Amino acid sequence: MAIRVFLIVLLFLSFTNLTYSLYEDQVGLMDWHQKYIGKVKHAVFHTQKTGRKRVLVSTEENVVASLDLRHGEIFWRHVLGTNDVIDGLDIALGKYVITLSSDGSILRAWNLPDGQMVWESSLPGSKASKSILYIPKNLKADKDDLILVYGKGSLNAVSGVDGEVLWKKDFSGESIEVSHIIQSSDVIYVTGFVDSSKISVYGLNAKNGELLENNHAALPFGTFGELLSVSGDMFVVLDEMRSKIVIVHLRNGEISYNQKHISDLTKDLAGQAVILPSRLPGMFALNINSYVLLIKVTNQGELVLVDKVNNGAAVSDSLSISEDEHAFAFVHYGDNKIHLSVKNVNDWNHDLLKESIVIDHQKGKIDKIFVNNYVRTDRSHGFRALMVMEDHSLLLVQQGEIVWSREDGLASVVDVTTSELPVQKEGVSVAKVEQNLFEWLKGHMLKLKGTLMIASPDDLAAIQALRLRSSEKSKMTRDHNGFRKLLIVLTRAGKVFALHTGDGRVVWSILLPSLHKSEACENPVGLHIYQWQVPHHHALDENPSVLVVGQCGPSLSTPAVLSFIDAYTGMELKSLSPAHTAAQVIPLPHTDSTEQRLHLIIDDKQHAYLYPRTPEAIDILKHEFSNVYWYSVDADNGVIRGHALKSNCIQEAVDEYCFDFRDLWSVVFPSESEKIIATMTRKSNEVVHTQAKVMTDYDVMYKYISKNLLFVANAAPKAAGEIGTVIPEEAWLVIYILDTVTGRILHRMTHHGCQGPVHAVFSENWVVYHYFNLRAHRYEMSVVEIYDQSRADNKDVWRFVLGKHNLTSPVSSYSRPEVIAKSQSYFFTHSVKAIEVTSTAKGITSKQLLIGTIGDQVLALDKRFLDPRRTVNPSQAEKEDGIIPLTDSLPIIPQSYITHALKVEGLRGIVTVPAKLESTSLVFAYGVDLFFTQIAPSRTYDSLTEDFSYALLLLTIVALVAAIFVTWVLSERKDLQDKWR
Amino acid sequence: MQPKSPLLLLLLLSLQLFICFAFAQSTTGSAEGYTIYGRVKIPSNLGTKDYIIPGKVSNVKVILNGGQRVTFLRPDGYFSFHNVPAGTHLIEVAALGYFFSPVRVDVSARNPGKIQAALTESRRGLTEFVLEPLKEEQYYEIREPFSIMSIVKSPMGLMVGFMLIVVFLMPKLMENMDPEEMRRAQEEMRNQGVPSLASMLPGAARSN
Repeated sequence: MAIRVFLIVLLFLSFTNLTYSLYEDQVGLMDWHQKYIGKVKHAVFHTQKTGRKRVLVSTEENVVASLDLRHGEIFWRHVLGTNDVIDGLDIALGKYVITLSSDGSILRAWNLPDGQMVWESSLPGSKASKSILYIPKNLKADKDDLILVYGKGSLNAVSGVDGEVLWKKDFSGESIEVSHIIQSSDVIYVTGFVDSSKISVYGLNAKNGELLENNHAALPFGTFGELLSVSGDMFVVLDEMRSKIVIVHLRNGEISYNQKHISDLTKDLAGQAVILPSRLPGMFALNINSYVLLIKVTNQGELVLVDKVNNGAAVSDSLSISEDEHAFAFVHYGDNKIHLSVKNVNDWNHDLLKESIVIDHQKGKIDKIFVNNYVRTDRSHGFRALMVMEDHSLLLVQQGEIVWSREDGLASVVDVTTSELPVQKEGVSVAKVEQNLFEWLKGHMLKLKGTLMIASPDDLAAIQALRLRSSEKSKMTRDHNGFRKLLIVLTRAGKVFALHTGDGRVVWSILLPSLHKSEACENPVGLHIYQWQVPHHHALDENPSVLVVGQCGPSLSTPAVLSFIDAYTGMELKSLSPAHTAAQVIPLPHTDSTEQRLHLIIDDKQHAYLYPRTPEAIDILKHEFSNVYWYSVDADNGVIRGHALKSNCIQEAVDEYCFDFRDLWSVVFPSESEKIIATMTRKSNEVVHTQAKVMTDYDVMYKYISKNLLFVANAAPKAAGEIGTVIPEEAWLVIYILDTVTGRILHRMTHHGCQGPVHAVFSENWVVYHYFNLRAHRYEMSVVEIYDQSRADNKDVWRFVLGKHNLTSPVSSYSRPEVIAKSQSYFFTHSVKAIEVTSTAKGITSKQLLIGTIGDQVLALDKRFLDPRRTVNPSQAEKEDGIIPLTDSLPIIPQSYITHALKVEGLRGIVTVPAKLESTSLVFAYGVDLFFTQIAPSRTYDSLTEDFSYALLLLTIVALVAAIFVTWVLSERKDLQDKWR
Repeated sequence: MQPKSPLLLLLLLSLQLFICFAFAQSTTGSAEGYTIYGRVKIPSNLGTKDYIIPGKVSNVKVILNGGQRVTFLRPDGYFSFHNVPAGTHLIEVAALGYFFSPVRVDVSARNPGKIQAALTESRRGLTEFVLEPLKEEQYYEIREPFSIMSIVKSPMGLMVGFMLIVVFLMPKLMENMDPEEMRRAQEEMRNQGVPSLASMLPGAARSN
């Protein structure tokens, strides 16, 4: 009885709290958050006058940020919308940061010190064109400082103070491709090409935009690339053969040109030349065959070759250091070092700075360089260079040293997988020496003081520091609870990082050589990362490895690239560049004797290739030949097909690892009424603890658990776009649950008046999806649970005793089980960017949905809120079973944001990994920022919490022992007195 | 006249739901769409009339149609979306620490420049396009100050309490018991023996 009461009390305690919650002093104990900005596109240094040592950057992740030059920290940062690409960045009026974005249609001004947006102006236009932001120096129209913006086919003059458009000149009718805006006193010249062979110049009055003059000059040949401004009135461009340099001279609006063969400048170089886009006064840089030519343009328009650098890397824009002196930086490679030189444009023989730096070659080549000067105490000029590397990282170099570096490649994570850490071996000290007992006790005494609220502020600070730098969590070995793992992430730059889950540090990183640009593979991109080899018991001596699948270009018809990486050391074990493409990669549920997982790679020519390419793998596959099924989704045509292997390829070259496959089934959706917008399957490694679900009336329902289920969401073709483009009558959403082996449709449901985007998550026997209801004009979330009716009779105990049940009959997709689906819908307040579900080691712990909201937070929502059994008035029995009364909308409890008061800016995905401890699931959310935490959906019922006070326990035991002795002595005395009586 | 009045009432009611107001201005042509202007106000303390400057609070974003466009607040809290086509749109405000209801915005194509707005959470129409948070969000649990009751209520406290009851009250109960009765009870227990496994199974229990 006592036990029962106790259990009920415990149950009661565990059920009262449905939320995941955190105390403020627990921040950073189990979670870490890293802020990034992405690959830098533009950088503008604060001028000397503003005094602060900061640099402004805009990046390819649409971030505009202000960084500290001393440490590289972010002062402020704004992440713009995903299709709000930044085209230009500059400083105006000495106090505003001006950004031009969305193809030159949105101009914003941000306050320089704190990043507050000051004004925003929209510059409408109809024609897509290049966008140019030009802030002329000392140009005023009616006391307003002008900002000139060319975008969407028109030139706008915008007031720098309030963003008002002062005048506008439309060029959309002129078929000119504007490439430059030049200012000379009060006239603005707009130059560009018409049909790449006719140069056109418009002169406009800066005050009111009035057209003053318009000149043309036709070149006898076409041109290649863009015009580059060399000095105020001189431009260079290449001809279409890329063998001649054309110098275009503008004098008061008159156009003249002359040309020169590159071979006249330098004899021994031939090849495709490219003009580098660095703006240098009176000079330009030309790249031919890894040589960089620096060519000076004299005032008469003559070209003089100044320098020829082999292995040239990057050339910065020029920097004005005094009245008429301009300096620029260029870097080249040699003897494993990077040589940085800063030179005066006019005085070539004299170096202002010459330094050699050693940079980790995992950062790759230098992509861009920005240079800035400062005045030293002895009034000479010092220089610092900001370098953007091939792996998208950012470095600041000063006085021959790297002052700081930022791993901004991590802002563009493409795919994530995890790996276990090495097992701790005897005699190998991996981490710091363990604390001694005294230290341990002291720590716990402090904690006890904290819990009893008798700690002084100093003690509190000491406690917090103690908890945060717990050496346990950042060790490089496997732990008993499985909290310590390696997160292996693939970034867009083709770099693979291993992050430690304890503190988020980079354990190793590798810029994949196989994802390098080469002649065979021009624009390699990494696509996916898979666990290739996960050694268990008998293969424990080997290191685990991961497989990175990439392809040679953005289109699916480019050949695949495969790379195998050791997960402990970060070495590339081998790489393959097969001739076939990688349209689909299917990890099979089979491993060979070295625990390498078998993968099938499907190309676009109806072949399947088996990896690893070993005879053993062939044997395993032959054995399971008829059990390999997969499906493909053709969203454009609205077809889902099921496939199975057929035979070896019939090709000229015999390849026994290549297989033909056949189509087993296809589901064709009517294209006039449905369009596939989302599909979702179960995670292949998900563990389900129990098949049965006990209802409140001791009835048993059997979950329909199959790995081969596919959720498909189709929208009406008109409603496939964004919200606000369709009326409810024209919109509907049809959802299907398919069996991917037979193609059988298990469930179909239509939501009228609803549209996408649909975000779905599939787990066990249920699917939860998020969509937009146009009638209510709110977001909705629905849950569908599928139950197996054919097993529904197995309820009686006697059937089990007598063996008359069909539970041991194999689950086969070929049998046609009767299933029933239960479903329910709820309103949900926010837009959603990603949905995931927690996963635990054995699947016993109840599930929580992790919802990445539009505000870049991650909300943990208990699955019990999405339960089709919810009713408005649950009976007493149902309440005891944990059924929550039905409400029309899902609750948003602020304490259940697992990101607490942080934001994962630009959130794109959430990954959950089970820990070894059943109650706990590890969560990694990525976007521009990275966030990691561990959550316990039903609280940590199987372990003591972090803040469990061992000291209190000890104190209690001591007190108890003391009490025993005291009572013993007392009773002895009483006995004695009794005997004396 | 009689049958018409319910209809009129209904019309009036529906009008009350969406109180029309114009806070938009159409630009050059309908092809380019309309501009939605609005303002975000954050009270310094919910319920009071003092407002703090939203720009200083945190990184507030205003989002149109689930991420189609994102804009930021000016220092005075104003924001605008340009070139929005006619239709029904959704505006969300993302601000750490505050819960904002999404806003349904109807941009009318028939009467250019007429825009209606309503909070989707409370279905309340907005008379002026000023968005205020519905509530503040507290992301952390508050640590309860130390009290005797919290220890008593904790599982350990309950355990100790239970133990105390057993230790001090049970002997008292035993003392009060009649020795005769006690012997009988003990005998009864011996006779009953071990409870059978079958009676514990739910299925068997039901079939009985």
